[in-house]
Amino acid sequence: MARKAVASKAKAQSNLPELTKDQELEAYRDMLLIRRFEEKAGQMYGMGLIGGFCHLYIGQEAVVTGVTMASRKGEDAQITGYRDHGHMLVMGLDPKGVMAELTGRQGGLSKGKGGSMHMFSNEHRFYGGNGIVGAQASLGTGLAFAAKYRGEDTVSLTYFGDGAANQGQVYESFNMAKLWKLPVVFIIENNKYAMGTSLERSAATTDLSKRGLSFDIPGEQVDGMDVRMTYDAARRAIEHARSGKGPYILEMLTYRYRGHSMSDPAKYRTKEEVSQYRQERDPIEHSKARILDLKYATEEDLKTIETEVRAIVTEAADFATNDPEPDASELWTDITIPA
Amino acid sequence: MPNILMPALSPTMEEGKLAKWLVKEGDTVNPGDVLAEIETDKATMEVESVDSGVVKQLLVAEGTEGVKVNTPIALVLAEGEEAPAGGPSPAETAPEPAEAPAVPAEKAAEAAPSAAAAPAAPKFEAAADPDLPEGVEMVEMTVRQALNEAMAEEMRRDKDVFVMGEEVAEYQGAYKVTQGLLQEFGKERVIDTPITEHGFAGLATGAAFAGLKPIVEFMTWNFAMQAIDQIINSAAKQLYMSGGQVTAPMVFRGPNGAAARVAAQHSQDYSAWYSHIPGLTVIAPYSAADAKGLLKAAIRSPNPVVFLENEILYGSTSEVPKVDDYVLPIGKARVARKGNDVTIVSFSMGMRYATQATEKLVAAGVDVELIDLRTLRPLDIDTVVESVKKTGRCVTVEEGWPQGGIGAEIASRLMEHAFDYLDAPVTRVTGKDVPMPYAANLEKLALPSVDEVIAAVNAVTYRS
Repeated sequence: MARKAVASKAKAQSNLPELTKDQELEAYRDMLLIRRFEEKAGQMYGMGLIGGFCHLYIGQEAVVTGVTMASRKGEDAQITGYRDHGHMLVMGLDPKGVMAELTGRQGGLSKGKGGSMHMFSNEHRFYGGNGIVGAQASLGTGLAFAAKYRGEDTVSLTYFGDGAANQGQVYESFNMAKLWKLPVVFIIENNKYAMGTSLERSAATTDLSKRGLSFDIPGEQVDGMDVRMTYDAARRAIEHARSGKGPYILEMLTYRYRGHSMSDPAKYRTKEEVSQYRQERDPIEHSKARILDLKYATEEDLKTIETEVRAIVTEAADFATNDPEPDASELWTDITIPA
Repeated sequence: MPNILMPALSPTMEEGKLAKWLVKEGDTVNPGDVLAEIETDKATMEVESVDSGVVKQLLVAEGTEGVKVNTPIALVLAEGEEAPAGGPSPAETAPEPAEAPAVPAEKAAEAAPSAAAAPAAPKFEAAADPDLPEGVEMVEMTVRQALNEAMAEEMRRDKDVFVMGEEVAEYQGAYKVTQGLLQEFGKERVIDTPITEHGFAGLATGAAFAGLKPIVEFMTWNFAMQAIDQIINSAAKQLYMSGGQVTAPMVFRGPNGAAARVAAQHSQDYSAWYSHIPGLTVIAPYSAADAKGLLKAAIRSPNPVVFLENEILYGSTSEVPKVDDYVLPIGKARVARKGNDVTIVSFSMGMRYATQATEKLVAAGVDVELIDLRTLRPLDIDTVVESVKKTGRCVTVEEGWPQGGIGAEIASRLMEHAFDYLDAPVTRVTGKDVPMPYAANLEKLALPSVDEVIAAVNAVTYRS
């Protein structure tokens, strides 16, 4: 029923950005891959196969999916904080390598030495996976600096959360990014809670898209639960940055369904709030409803996608469960590069 | 599937309460559907279904306390799926509880090292200094000029090298170390930053991830306290965290240690701090030649380098060989004077006290062997050990604080590697264990002195 309401609303508001059939299907598949992957990761954590911190991206799938679709995959750099699994999956990093890193195995993207929060790929231009809240803001600005220094027309897509938005170095980075007209898009994934502290309880001003105002950085708030909106806004922001006009801020209004990490008291928000988002705003359900409504695919086609995605996740989980732990000799490798 | 297991909320959780079932037998469930809520004293969690299927049986009643992690709590079967033979049983893949059972102390003491003991660290072998051509011309220059030449030469050699920091360009460097670089290399490669250490250290580290080779000048290392997170958590650890994929080829440099009469917040020696960190290379030269040869090596290094200069030494003059490309090996100490009676180990500004003390001691008949560490990580302990095996005595000299200092590290390593050769306790001459005072007399007392070095040598040679 929610499905129908959404579809007719989409038709009625013709000024909403539209995705092509291929884009809709690609976005649906990518978001579903993140969702199923993260559900599996949550289950494996519960079984003790994944240790330490594990921050799931469930609920926020439309953000990274739309932004990545609007970027040049493999050329534009991306960097984020510790809630990073979804970014890697959408950027095309091997799900087996991601899951095996979560389980700390030798076939993990960082040979099992990084874990959930520390994975990277020069090839895909993904720079982590950073565990210190806000550090990626200046690192990402540096990726943009490198692009400009070399005269390349690539863009740095720098994600951080509403929590990081209160870190000082974010504003140091805003200042330099604007001062030097660096090609960086700051994507604030505002999921309303920094761990258990709501934005209202932590921020003097809660419209984070305006946080660049004193540096004259344009910003906008985006419905981060709708992949059409995230894609459309990202396209605009990336074009701005790529054309030499400097940084751009996108505040993606999104929501995480799961706890901050696996161990979460779940006392700082109501169950009703969570279930309302899940039932009314779910990016994947909306995407599915549109696809069916627009007859871009049949139920059967979507089931096929679901089956394919499940197979990928199962394969990743099996690999991550059976792959051996890194050899003890790995303890001493990769500390410095020998001269 | 088919069994749903009691999940762990954290790696240390062993059991929890099944607070509530949100499905009943016969229900059809899909991925993401919440099946149950579980609780511990710290947290609650919703157990979600990962697959589709029908709930055949709830195996643990709502409200049950003390349900062990990985116990089957429900049976969910997909279409056409069979229940596991013999009824529900713990999944075979379920791992053992992560925590090992506690071993009584006496048992642990007699236990042989287990197979999981850490493998030995690989041994670091530094190359020797390059041989200089016979009759090479030596040029007198200040440490400042030497550093300046090193940067200019490396920037000519590699266009990925750039320098950024406060006042490095238009102002020509707060201490004139970057003098003339703007004029030669332009503002794209010699970049004045805002006063924003945390930000520009992170920005430069990000640029290094992308393959550039930044030289980050801190006006003094005191201000790098604002940036230390990026230096350690981002630059130093990157290679390891990425399993060898991404590195940060860059140099963080600037004056370190006490200047003169600038008090506590501007007078601090960070040698021990940074030398503590795996992933960093830490260099602290004394002479102009070492400053030049090692800075060039640092800029070429594929690793993040902390290069600790000293404001008071910037103007000191010494000889630098006039060769085309003077690059010294990182990690190699220099024996500044050979001797047989006692080993003095120092670096950077400490070498000034040590050198002056050595002159007096030699005049008094003590045959001092003086070692300039030059690099603090990797530490050339072999050179120190070899020397102490000969002299049987060691005095360390540094401006930093005593606790956890470079001298403490050397004393410890000598205990490990030269214990049987020691004829006297290793003795440290360090800065006093106080914040740096402003008053001239107190500042002098807080720093090491030539007299203190002589007194320490007299003590370990039993001459006092």
